[in-house]
Amino acid sequence: MLSRTADHLFWMARYMERAENTARMLDINYQTSLLPQSADRAEQGWRGMLGISELTGAYQQRHGKIDARHVMDFMVHDETHASSIVSCLRAARENARAVRGSITTELWETTNQTWLEFNRMLRQLNFERDPSAVFEWVKFRSHLSRGVTVGTMLQDESLHFIRIGTFLERADNTARLLDVKFHALAGDYFGREQTNEAPEVDFYHWSAILRSVSGFEIYRKVYRNVIVPEKVAELLILRPDMPRSLASCMNGVVDNLRLVANQQSADTQRRAGRLRSDLEFGRIDEILATGMHAYLTHFLDRVNDIGAGISRDFLVPA
Amino acid sequence: MKASFDEMNSASGVRPHYKVFRRWLDEQPVASMRARRDEAELVFRRVGITFAVYGTKDEDGAGTERLIPFDVIPRIIPKHEWQQLEAGLRQRVHALNRFVHDVYHRQEIVRAGVVPQEQVLKNAQFRPEMVGVDVPGGVYSHIAGIDIVRAANPDGSGTYYVLEDNLRVPSGVSYMLENRKMTMRLFPELFTLHRVAPVAHYPDLLLESLRAVAPAGVNEPSVVVLTPGMYNSAYFEHAFLAQQMGVELVEGKDLFVKDGFVYMRTTQGPHRVDVIYRRVDDDFLDPQAFRPHSTLGCAGLLDVYRHGNITLANAIGTGVADDKSIYPYVPKMIEFYLAEKPLLQNVPTYLCRDDKDLRYVLGHLPDLVVKEVHGAGGYGMLVGPAATRVEVEAFRAQLVANPANYIAQPTLALSTCPTYVESGIAPRHIDLRPFVLSGKTVQMVPGGLTRVALKEGSLVVNSSQGGGTKDTWVLEV
Repeated sequence: MLSRTADHLFWMARYMERAENTARMLDINYQTSLLPQSADRAEQGWRGMLGISELTGAYQQRHGKIDARHVMDFMVHDETHASSIVSCLRAARENARAVRGSITTELWETTNQTWLEFNRMLRQLNFERDPSAVFEWVKFRSHLSRGVTVGTMLQDESLHFIRIGTFLERADNTARLLDVKFHALAGDYFGREQTNEAPEVDFYHWSAILRSVSGFEIYRKVYRNVIVPEKVAELLILRPDMPRSLASCMNGVVDNLRLVANQQSADTQRRAGRLRSDLEFGRIDEILATGMHAYLTHFLDRVNDIGAGISRDFLVPA
Repeated sequence: MKASFDEMNSASGVRPHYKVFRRWLDEQPVASMRARRDEAELVFRRVGITFAVYGTKDEDGAGTERLIPFDVIPRIIPKHEWQQLEAGLRQRVHALNRFVHDVYHRQEIVRAGVVPQEQVLKNAQFRPEMVGVDVPGGVYSHIAGIDIVRAANPDGSGTYYVLEDNLRVPSGVSYMLENRKMTMRLFPELFTLHRVAPVAHYPDLLLESLRAVAPAGVNEPSVVVLTPGMYNSAYFEHAFLAQQMGVELVEGKDLFVKDGFVYMRTTQGPHRVDVIYRRVDDDFLDPQAFRPHSTLGCAGLLDVYRHGNITLANAIGTGVADDKSIYPYVPKMIEFYLAEKPLLQNVPTYLCRDDKDLRYVLGHLPDLVVKEVHGAGGYGMLVGPAATRVEVEAFRAQLVANPANYIAQPTLALSTCPTYVESGIAPRHIDLRPFVLSGKTVQMVPGGLTRVALKEGSLVVNSSQGGGTKDTWVLEV
């Protein structure tokens, strides 16, 4: 297939996934903000949200003080930056439109409809009335587009590049989420430590992370235990059966990459395979000994590097 | 203005080929028709059947995309009329292809004094690069869109005229196909009441035509559609046709020339291309040969083309035959190349470059339609009867300044067809663009795209100027 087509498909999938993850994180922050908590704590949540998307600077330039309403507005319908949900949905739709001949009619129409509907919802002020419903809707549309993709696309390169985009973006987003949330507690997280906060604050913090990746019930099912940060980290980093974990995402990347391999992609495949192996054979106590922040920063660098390799090998060849 | 020919109603009642439809229409509750029209609009928007208009933003914030209004009342053509049209179209396109070949070879028609030499050689659309180049099968205009109108005669009957030949990159065929899909979706019962000739196989015929003109020796040609990109006004159509044919939709930057062949960049490395259905104008095809700053084409393409290692559809230089100053000679071309009488009539045309004609035109401006020779899309024209005095005088000044740039024709009262408008159903002027494919043979699907001028009394059907479209039926019985 055309390199440009693969490029559009890859980014179409990434933007849709990014929109979903942003909606997930905003929703959890919003839900958490409804719980009784200190103003500091609340602000920390929103600050973290901006940090995940590397938007703290841009936000402060625009709004200055950090508060829930403004951060949500900024992340949902501010068109001046590329990470808001509205910008992601537009980018997904523009990429789809550029290759509408290479995706199924159903997938194009789903993507186009998502964009049109989202704009209608913003116009009708649905978001002001009920933010959660809008977040829920974005998540649902992303599920739908993924379902339509898998359910209608021929299993050829087009599909593989879409899947690579989805998994790579998800790996990136989950890692950022973990980084910010572990960072939020204490400078760097090196395993169980003494905190001065009441245990129930911890519970809400960690369960919020789990919920943001649809992992709360999974955690209970897998560990049948109280919620402790080590296990949250293990679930979201190393468990290959947890669909939004780093391990699971990298499995998806490696498997799909193998299906599209070409003459120059060996090194990118090697790097991706090595990252997968590190996750497959890694242990959470080792990761915590390194420090979560250091570990995740390194992980993000490697994901970024794989993304650049894919781009060079397949999408925008010289 | 003269009375128009109405496609549905004659002085003595509903025409026979509309009788069944009319009866059905009269039975439809107003509310249900309105609901179906809304449904059509919704579907067109979801499917993204849009065209781009620069510098505007629509209510969905989708930037520059607009829907072309679709009218639910079809334009119906009886079988015997289509048979005559089809024969005339075949003949005309055949002669036009012969003409382009001749222009770039021995110029027999010029030698014979049928077409003045300067009309050919001084034509801005004449491409000296094409002289002596042989194209596969001698086919230049693989896809031709011939614009046809019907005007009323004094006795109340109507006559079809060719208004314009589009031999470069005619567009609109996707609307023909989507309109039919829409009518079948909205009113399936109509298709049990009528035997409507299908059109959905157009992409198949197109692919067959394109494969048939591959460079010699290529057995399994790799065909692509070349688009200027997603911001082009006809992008939807480019993507649609590529998808329907199952071929790649490429942009200039996807192509490159190496060792005398054209390749596209794929995820598995370079892949050779044999036939390009290009939806990019000549000027932008090759920055080395034409406009140097064009990023829409592929550097070195012309060279490969001249060596016969790539086929372009349509060929470079076809504009020399669809220019409005060449148009008046088409009937003579038919006689010259085919030794046949033209089956389709031209609209009588005055060439303003000719002194005698110019004098006549200047004396009758309020009665005439004056068009730019190279104009398209309904721009740069004067519709005398609809223009104000000030507009006429302003145009007169332009015309006198550069007469060779204009032709003039009597105002034809284009036929009308009942159409849904704000106030209900009312007659609106229409035209017809059948699409004629030339490969190994000349082929077409029955009908074409009917465009309708939605403004009352307007004769301008172009979508960029408020025109809409209708489904076009050719009845099989």
